[in-house]
Amino acid sequence: MLLQRDTAPFSPAGSPDATFPRRRHRRFPAHPALLAAALAAAAVALIPAGFVLVVLVQTGWEIASALIFRPRVAELLRNTFLLEALAVPLAIALAVTLAWLTERTDLPLARLWSWLAVVPLAIPAFVHSYAWDGLFPTLRGLAPAVAISVLAYFPFVYLPVVAQLRRLDPAIEDVAASLGNPPVRVFLRAVLPQLRLAIAGGALLVALHLLAEYGLYVLIRFETLTTAIVDQFQAVYDGPAANLLGILLVACAVGVLALESLLRGDRRYARIGPGAARVAPRMALGRAWPLWMLLPAAVASLSVALPATTLLRWLWRGGADAWAWGGGLGAALGQTAFYAAVGAALTCLAALPVAWLSARAPGRLQRLIEACHIYVGSLPGVVVALALVAITVRVALPLYQTVVTLLAAYVLLYLARAIIALRASLAQVPVELEHAAIALGRPPLVAAVGTTLRLAAPGIAAGMALVAMGITTELTATLMLSPIGTRTLATEFWALTGEFDHVGAAPYALAMILLSLPLCVILYRQAVGAIGR
Amino acid sequence: MPLLRQSVVGFVLAVWAFGPASAQGDEGIVVYTSQHAALTQAWAAAFTEETGIPVTIRKGTDTVMANQIIQEGENSPADVFLTENSPAMVLVERAGLFAPVAASTLERVPEEFRPASGMWTGIAARTTVFAYNTELLDEADLPGSMLDLAGHDWEGRWGAAPAGADFQAIVSALLQLRGSEETADWLAGLKRNALAYRGNFEAMRGANVGEVEGALIYHYYYFGDRDGTGESSDKLALHHFGDEDPGAFVSVSGAGVLASSSHPDAAQAFLAFVTGPGGQAILRDGDSFEYAIASGVEAHPALPPLDGLDYPKVDPSLLNASEVVALMTASGVF
Repeated sequence: MLLQRDTAPFSPAGSPDATFPRRRHRRFPAHPALLAAALAAAAVALIPAGFVLVVLVQTGWEIASALIFRPRVAELLRNTFLLEALAVPLAIALAVTLAWLTERTDLPLARLWSWLAVVPLAIPAFVHSYAWDGLFPTLRGLAPAVAISVLAYFPFVYLPVVAQLRRLDPAIEDVAASLGNPPVRVFLRAVLPQLRLAIAGGALLVALHLLAEYGLYVLIRFETLTTAIVDQFQAVYDGPAANLLGILLVACAVGVLALESLLRGDRRYARIGPGAARVAPRMALGRAWPLWMLLPAAVASLSVALPATTLLRWLWRGGADAWAWGGGLGAALGQTAFYAAVGAALTCLAALPVAWLSARAPGRLQRLIEACHIYVGSLPGVVVALALVAITVRVALPLYQTVVTLLAAYVLLYLARAIIALRASLAQVPVELEHAAIALGRPPLVAAVGTTLRLAAPGIAAGMALVAMGITTELTATLMLSPIGTRTLATEFWALTGEFDHVGAAPYALAMILLSLPLCVILYRQAVGAIGR
Repeated sequence: MPLLRQSVVGFVLAVWAFGPASAQGDEGIVVYTSQHAALTQAWAAAFTEETGIPVTIRKGTDTVMANQIIQEGENSPADVFLTENSPAMVLVERAGLFAPVAASTLERVPEEFRPASGMWTGIAARTTVFAYNTELLDEADLPGSMLDLAGHDWEGRWGAAPAGADFQAIVSALLQLRGSEETADWLAGLKRNALAYRGNFEAMRGANVGEVEGALIYHYYYFGDRDGTGESSDKLALHHFGDEDPGAFVSVSGAGVLASSSHPDAAQAFLAFVTGPGGQAILRDGDSFEYAIASGVEAHPALPPLDGLDYPKVDPSLLNASEVVALMTASGVF
């Protein structure tokens, strides 16, 4: 079930929800205009899949099967599968342990460790990889790929788990404890099940990112379906082999989505009564605290300090000369900020109709529409870009290599992020407030915008921040679709590392991080701020 | 909601300010390039200074840029196309999208570095080398021919960047010189023996840190690193196969004027500049470390002269990119 509820990675800790009973089973009819808008967005989101299918049909089964059923593809599938199977559970385990330590124990400096567990989000995955590669040039293969993936992406699970932990009513744990369960069993049996939605949502994001990730794996020579597609594209352009691999990737994404809905289950997690949860007690770690502190300290040094020191080392070595590209850096910064801001706004706008339906009128049709939106998030930038190149060149040439097409690519790539954030924040706004506004004489649209959207604003802001972060570090689609003369921080960074200029690339990496940090703060605040400790 | 209104106005202003302004202007020429960004920029800046014609650059890789031009066809905004290797030029030439290069420009380039058709011209050259780690590999144990690297005794010992256009140019030379059967055999050996890197530089660094004993790359990565920090090449030496071996292949970088160009005179002037003494001097004096080949300009003083390298003679317009890719896909490299 790709449904409503608080699966948002960075959902607010939902105080409205605590005051109003959630009526899960009550549906509101979908407004036709809203449905039409959601359908239109879904149709656009289906363009890449349609493109891939058209290519498949045009290729013909004989050539297609020869290209699919070959040892090389088996090798790529195995790599991709192993990566997902190892990295996602590890990321979950790490994130949940860290969240428990920072939220539920008296670990010294918990606040600091909590922040440090979110900061890796501001560092693009390929910068993580670039830093590791700079330190250990012979890091190769599956193990480092898994390790760096976990370090770069575990905050996607950490944030929602922390948010969820903060809103849990400790009374449930008290009951479990009073039944004679030791603390560990209380956590496993009373707390962990309640984190299920948060974990499933975060894990979905991680899994989809790993499918689409390119730069991270290329730098450490680990081949996945996505890196192979980019290779193919570079060698053959839109030849059948690349597009067929794209189909496999889409299939993997569908598999991940199905697995997530299985994991998420269909249980009820809402609280019936209002009630005001007190702050959960923190478990005393006792004398073992230095031992426990090793974990967040180790994670922070590997996921934050290591990339930071490598970057600073390059910056130091480059001295003022590395900044002599100053003009280029400034222009790239400006363009990146522009694309991030406009792209984020458009993406959230496009995600709004279906997110609204998810929250207010869930059902089979809505689920289908939503799946059409979300699958695109698993496609690598290359597949989306290929589709847009083919379509703009053949059907809408004036749009080819324009700001519009690039923005469209961003919208497609990050729709999933926006929806996941939006639907949760919308679901947490009690519809009764909107009805009250209407009853008091507001026109329905005004009531929706003025009441519901305003209350959901923090969640929407978090969604925009997530999208903007994605755009800031997007590489492959930007390389293929950007208007002439466009240079973003990511493309410049990539070009410079490709031209063996690590020193020159460092300022661009730093700029990407600095641009992402405030977004990171928004996300963190949004996830944990609502209860306001 | 005033806030909403303000943000909408803000976005509109931002789109207006950033959007259309970043597209190409009517003045000047658009150059699609897969050549090094710094080199293209140096050419463009010098050309603009000399002629007053502004240049807008779009950077990509050989195959992507060539295919983009083919997709765009008549509507391509490009006036000039520059590449690192010849196969991409051949793709565009076979699509019939080039206008003939001015005879006065062709005269500046030796015949062996341009296609007989005259639809495009060579502007620079790079040589294939085997960069090897002198701590791991004795000079006496070096392969005599690039073909030896496909032997079982070389398993896991060398690296390359087979996904790149550079490497495909080398394979296309092999195909041209030895035929498809021998090429397929060699590619099977490549798949088994070689570590595949993202790019030539990474392959070279792999040899330098001892992950592999040697890397089959183009020469300028080595010279560029020697000239820079030097830390990715300090244990390396270059081995030239010579003897007209496919591994001694000299790859020609090309330039052409698009038939669809709306500024054909300015585009031809750009080609004349790049192949002229001024443009070639940028190759000789700059830090691209590619070979100057035209207008009698000598190579960068750090480079061994092309004359002494005994490279095989290959007509650049015969390099067949699509068959190379088919062979590489069949062998599982892709």
